[in-house]
Amino acid sequence: MLVFILRRLGVMVATMICLTFVVFYLVNLEPNLKKLALEQNNNRMTEEAVESWLLKEGYRRPILERYAVWIGNAATGDFGYSTRFRKPVAEVLAPRIGYTGTLMFWVMITMVPSALVIGVLAGMREGSKTDRSLSVVAIASTATPEYVSGILFTVLFASWLGVLKGVSKAGGIDFNNFALPVMTMAIYGTGYIARMTRASMAEVMTAQYIRTARLKGLSFRAQVLRHALRNALIAPFTVIMLQFPWLLTGVVIVEKLFNYKGFGWTLVEAADNNDIDLLLSCSLVSVVVVLLTQLISDIGYAYLNPRIRVN
Amino acid sequence: MLEYIGFFEIWGTVISQFWPVWLSLAVILSVSYYFRHSLNLYGRLFGSAIGMVGLVIVLFWITTAFFANWVAVFDPLQQFAMLKRKAPGVIDAETGKALLFGADNLGRDLFSRMVHGSRFVLIIAPAATLFAFIVGITIGLPAGYYGGKIDAIMSFLANLVLAFPVILLFYLLVTPGIRETPIPVAMAGFFFIFPIIFFSVLFYSRYATRPGLLTIQLICVLLIGGWLYSGLVFNADPLSIITLEPNELNIFASVVFVNAPTVFRIVRGITMDIKTRDYVAAAQTRGENAWYIMLWEILPNARGPLIVDACLRIGYTTILLGTLGFFGLGLAPESPDWGSMINQTRAFIRIVPTIALPPTLALAIFVLGLNLLADGLREQSLKD
Repeated sequence: MLVFILRRLGVMVATMICLTFVVFYLVNLEPNLKKLALEQNNNRMTEEAVESWLLKEGYRRPILERYAVWIGNAATGDFGYSTRFRKPVAEVLAPRIGYTGTLMFWVMITMVPSALVIGVLAGMREGSKTDRSLSVVAIASTATPEYVSGILFTVLFASWLGVLKGVSKAGGIDFNNFALPVMTMAIYGTGYIARMTRASMAEVMTAQYIRTARLKGLSFRAQVLRHALRNALIAPFTVIMLQFPWLLTGVVIVEKLFNYKGFGWTLVEAADNNDIDLLLSCSLVSVVVVLLTQLISDIGYAYLNPRIRVN
Repeated sequence: MLEYIGFFEIWGTVISQFWPVWLSLAVILSVSYYFRHSLNLYGRLFGSAIGMVGLVIVLFWITTAFFANWVAVFDPLQQFAMLKRKAPGVIDAETGKALLFGADNLGRDLFSRMVHGSRFVLIIAPAATLFAFIVGITIGLPAGYYGGKIDAIMSFLANLVLAFPVILLFYLLVTPGIRETPIPVAMAGFFFIFPIIFFSVLFYSRYATRPGLLTIQLICVLLIGGWLYSGLVFNADPLSIITLEPNELNIFASVVFVNAPTVFRIVRGITMDIKTRDYVAAAQTRGENAWYIMLWEILPNARGPLIVDACLRIGYTTILLGTLGFFGLGLAPESPDWGSMINQTRAFIRIVPTIALPPTLALAIFVLGLNLLADGLREQSLKD
């Protein structure tokens, strides 16, 4: 198990270095640097002035050297200076990540249980009426991206019924503030997790040991709760963990839609305003989140399913 | 004083505007129903209610895109200064025709824009999915078949792309800045060479012993491939049939880039499964070339899951294109695609609640149709 974890960690670090280098390269492309020089000084700079400013600020050093410096600084907690917010990046980003964390927490709390219940109910009797109708619900929810459901919910709840607000303030934790964004994000993910749970549950229900349980004369309830459920939930665990990269995209859309000033909103601001240091740090955070969840999902899967460990 | 038409009149006119669509739907469906027994998987779709609903929705949007000029009432770019943000059914005084779904923030007809928006989606999404599949298949087959080092390297690269949050990738890859660099053209040049490689190897592996036929096939591949390649990558099609603006090329290449690794993973997984079958062992014993086994033995037998995934992937690509429009990335501001429409109108849903509904519902219904179709196909292909 330890070797397994260490090997995974090695792959993760290699992936992280590759990804951050790609981001670093793309963010530091020539047009972006020129734009930065013009924004930081005055817009009517001559070509030579731009060039000398870039040289003076150290943007003309070889890209590998600059990348090494950046990663060294990041490792010691210095993420640079945000030109958009005029503050050090760490100060901008830390509270925003907290706001998004709160949002994610509520999304997970609503999404995971409802998806598992739908999936288990649909999968325990494959092909039944419940299965058919729940599957259609799951399909419909995967077919509705956040920007569609978000707008539909806003029109329905905020404009016509007038019960919820169409915008969410970062920081305030109450139902009115969170209901719409959480609902919007949860709906899209629910369908996918539910379908995976359904497939896994349906497969388990045809397994030998369930047949044995049935032949022993156990009630259907006992077959499902005591024997099937535990094995059927291994596969969805991985799926749920791997939802994080997708949730990140969802976070960006939902935060922009409801003007919730969290991490996703900051990422959009950084990209729109050519804020190089902030965008780099946002990318670093998202890449780390994605890779960590992958690592946890791998280790957790190996832990839950001993058959994987033999390799 | 502006005049409006009533609720029922709006929907009556909408339904009658779609007459070419209804007509062609009726023709396509009845012809397919009549020949359903000789149409293989597509014919068997008529046995699944969910699949039928999906098929009708998808065909509806395909025909709408095809007949967009007839279905739309106005030019999608025409602005009516007097009618900005007006409710559905408002009548344009000059022509006496109604703006069926109202007007957007610049006074453009939402109905006509929605109808024309289907064109962009229905050209880019299937084309990007097709390219992603060819790239994914060309790399996934050897990775799954040989395993070992090739597989490890390819999988690492695919996982690298998959570990990127999609939205971050788009914010880095689809920008005006990047279009000043050769990166989009290089990406397109790299991805679009794959179809030429794919088809050349496809024919070579089977017809290498028949040089006459092979020469004709290879010439065809190189001619058609080279023509498409010059049109798509360099925007220099000698016949000027295929033109792609730099921003469209940028979007197209990025969408292929995002989709290809997932297709790679699917193809790799299926190949690893199928290569243990007896017919593959038989071909190996016959001493067949490895590429012949991959392309002519394994690939045809992997078609079921791949067709299902292609349907889902077109839907997913539609969502991606909508996301790009939603963030205003890469597309021209006046372009009548659904994502941009959502982005431009969503600020006004407090004033006119219906203003953002046509593009949102159109997108949701189209993607739902593709998902239902995929589900129906999966159900029918499992019945073998």
